[in-house]
Amino acid sequence: MIDTSTVATHPLFGRLTLESFPYHEPIVVATFVAVVLGGLALVAALSYFRLWGYLWKEWFTTVDHKRIGIMYMVLGLIMLLRGFADAIMMRLQQAMAFGGSEGYLNAHHYDQIFTAHGVIMIFFVAMPFVTGLMNYVVPLQIGARDVSFPFLNNFSFWMTVGGAVLIMVSLFVGEFARTGWLAYPPLSNIAYSPETGVDYYIWALQIAGVGTTLSGINLICTIVKMRAPGMTMMKMPVFTWTSLCTNVLIVASFPILTATLVLLSLDRYVGTNFFTNDLGGSPMMYVNLIWIWGHPEVYILILPVFGIFSEVTSTFSGKKLFGYTSMVYATVVITILSYLVWLHHFFTMGSGASVNSFFGITTMIISIPTGAKIFNWLFTMYRGRIRFELPMMWTVAFMLTFVVGGMTGVLLAVPPADFVLHNSLFLIAHFHNVIIGGVLFGLFAGIYYWWPKAFGFRLDPFWGKVSFWCWVIGFWVAFMPLYVLGLMGVTRRLRVFEDPSLQIWFQIAAVGAVLIAAGIGAFLLQIAVSVWKRRELVDRTGDPWDGRTLEWATSSPPPDYNFAFTPMIHDNDAWWDMKKRGYKRPLGGYKAIHMPSNSGTGVILAGISVVLGFALVWYIWWLAAVSFVALLAAAIHHTFNYHRDFHIPADVVVRTENERTRLLSGQV
Amino acid sequence: MSSHAEHHSGHHGAGHHGAGHHDHGHGDDGHAHGTLGSYVIGFVLSVILTVIPFWLVMDGTILDKNMTAMAIMALAAVQVVVHMIFFLHMNGRAEGGWTMLSLIFTLIVVVIMLAGSLWVMYHLNTNMMPIHDPSQLP
Repeated sequence: MIDTSTVATHPLFGRLTLESFPYHEPIVVATFVAVVLGGLALVAALSYFRLWGYLWKEWFTTVDHKRIGIMYMVLGLIMLLRGFADAIMMRLQQAMAFGGSEGYLNAHHYDQIFTAHGVIMIFFVAMPFVTGLMNYVVPLQIGARDVSFPFLNNFSFWMTVGGAVLIMVSLFVGEFARTGWLAYPPLSNIAYSPETGVDYYIWALQIAGVGTTLSGINLICTIVKMRAPGMTMMKMPVFTWTSLCTNVLIVASFPILTATLVLLSLDRYVGTNFFTNDLGGSPMMYVNLIWIWGHPEVYILILPVFGIFSEVTSTFSGKKLFGYTSMVYATVVITILSYLVWLHHFFTMGSGASVNSFFGITTMIISIPTGAKIFNWLFTMYRGRIRFELPMMWTVAFMLTFVVGGMTGVLLAVPPADFVLHNSLFLIAHFHNVIIGGVLFGLFAGIYYWWPKAFGFRLDPFWGKVSFWCWVIGFWVAFMPLYVLGLMGVTRRLRVFEDPSLQIWFQIAAVGAVLIAAGIGAFLLQIAVSVWKRRELVDRTGDPWDGRTLEWATSSPPPDYNFAFTPMIHDNDAWWDMKKRGYKRPLGGYKAIHMPSNSGTGVILAGISVVLGFALVWYIWWLAAVSFVALLAAAIHHTFNYHRDFHIPADVVVRTENERTRLLSGQV
Repeated sequence: MSSHAEHHSGHHGAGHHGAGHHDHGHGDDGHAHGTLGSYVIGFVLSVILTVIPFWLVMDGTILDKNMTAMAIMALAAVQVVVHMIFFLHMNGRAEGGWTMLSLIFTLIVVVIMLAGSLWVMYHLNTNMMPIHDPSQLP
């Protein structure tokens, strides 16, 4: 299949040799040693406390949307540490490499770092966080007991983990792509990137993409089919609405990414010429296709977060959300418009004035529904009794920060301005401004908001505030210098600099990155402190924020079955409405509840997929064939699993609900 | 898996509020099922729509090359519609209108992607430097 004149492949090991291990890179070796020691300590601890069985039975094989949601958040947090390590290495390199200094990273390593940073932060930090929150919250908000396809949910999660594992493997076996996070050809073609990096990139994204697409289908189906009686579309909570639109975007756009990467892998593996320079190939077609996926992708990240801000603003202002209907329509309009703007990522590629101005104008139009949302939140706060708890603080920080990012975005939407700023640090500052100031701040707001629901205690506010101020100030210090540098014409992805007058800006940015590091540290410390002080921070009511939507109607953490009785919905702030009408929790009449059973098949299928991906990366054809057959066999075997559901007996439900009654009455 | 979901969602109705609401059930959302007649019509139409392109290509004299390609694409599009109506039982009422809504959304996105890509790539071509035919080089 492969032109073996260029690559020597061993029948057993493919192109994997001793030289594939980067033992000559001291930084990678040190990281490897740290990871191995940390991993061994973790394995030892889990074995010592006999937690393997618990983890396997209660977590890895679970089909409970709540536990899967929490596992997504853990994945996102772990990968955030990896992605941030890449970020701070880049900042350090750029702050050092002046006046003839080469810095401390060679070009080969540096190029992998900026690629890995982008790929990890988007696909394995932002996406798992967003999917995790949707997974946890949506079924609770619509009064359902789980998602439509509980096993599929578990499988989707593990496929996402599989992609992440493959990227982590690339750190120590072979190398990662050196192409930038979207792997543009011709650079990513076999002629210019003959090593394994781009193959790791392709297979990691393909494996994770299966998970993302399937979880999109699952959540759409859940929202459309499993809403509690009375919850019409226009009575759905805004977070559920934005989740629906996000998952529609996922289902409609991820297949484009998959197809584009398939074409790229055909170019690399079997010698087709879709994106090559000659024989009729067009690298520009790749850029066009990848951004048809890529632009909806940024709305996939931001829309659910807009939903979080809506919930938080209305809860902490003690008011109904201002302009619910306009919020819903703005979301739907953004969903459609996000498909009409992709060319603004490559204004400079050579289209004429008519094409560029069309896409420039559509890009500017998309800021209108987004601006409407900002005004809706402001008007919700207006004359509200605002409680500045942590989720609300993140929301206000978001509004101040995101508006700046939005405005620089509109500036970049003007094609002539883009010709000056394209691929400059101004662009880098812009999209970090909207992704950190928008998506990440929103995720923090969501984590603080729903944490008590998931674990039954609040997060410690002191360390939360430390983390908040470090993050917000750190963001501004880290990225404002990049705007300045971009306006002065500094392009992205540079490793060394000539002009010494620029150094001060990079040093300021590095200080900002250190502040953000402190913010991450404070966040981790906060979780540890809160777990330690969980008895002080406990919430027995299940409704610590005086919430408005249905997830606050049940206990914290909710029982496996979420709701003993499916609630009836009369208002879009369903729980607020129930509280206002003096809702009494039913205290009897419980029945057995039909639930899905756990399954280990998701872990197995994803594990085999990782082996398959690894074999394809290294041209180990026999292993690829074996693992592919194994994948099919395991999937078919699962169809013969008839132990898919069980009933939680009525007396267990009675016991659980009586315990809740006892907690609510305060007799603890 | 899907049978599982049916069980699962069906169970919602069996809760406290009695079986007074069927929003989750599967019976009331207008699952269309075909009759023998409709399947036969669909089958015959599909056969006809498949035979014509074969005939056009195998004969090769009826239309010129471009027209043949156009005709095949047009017939394929009609074939898609036939399959959707007679085999996938799609209409405005199935699944409470969701099937139609998702079809419309799909069409919008596909049209945007295809038309947009053609427009963008064509424009790029016209702005490229003139390609020198290698065979004309000295």
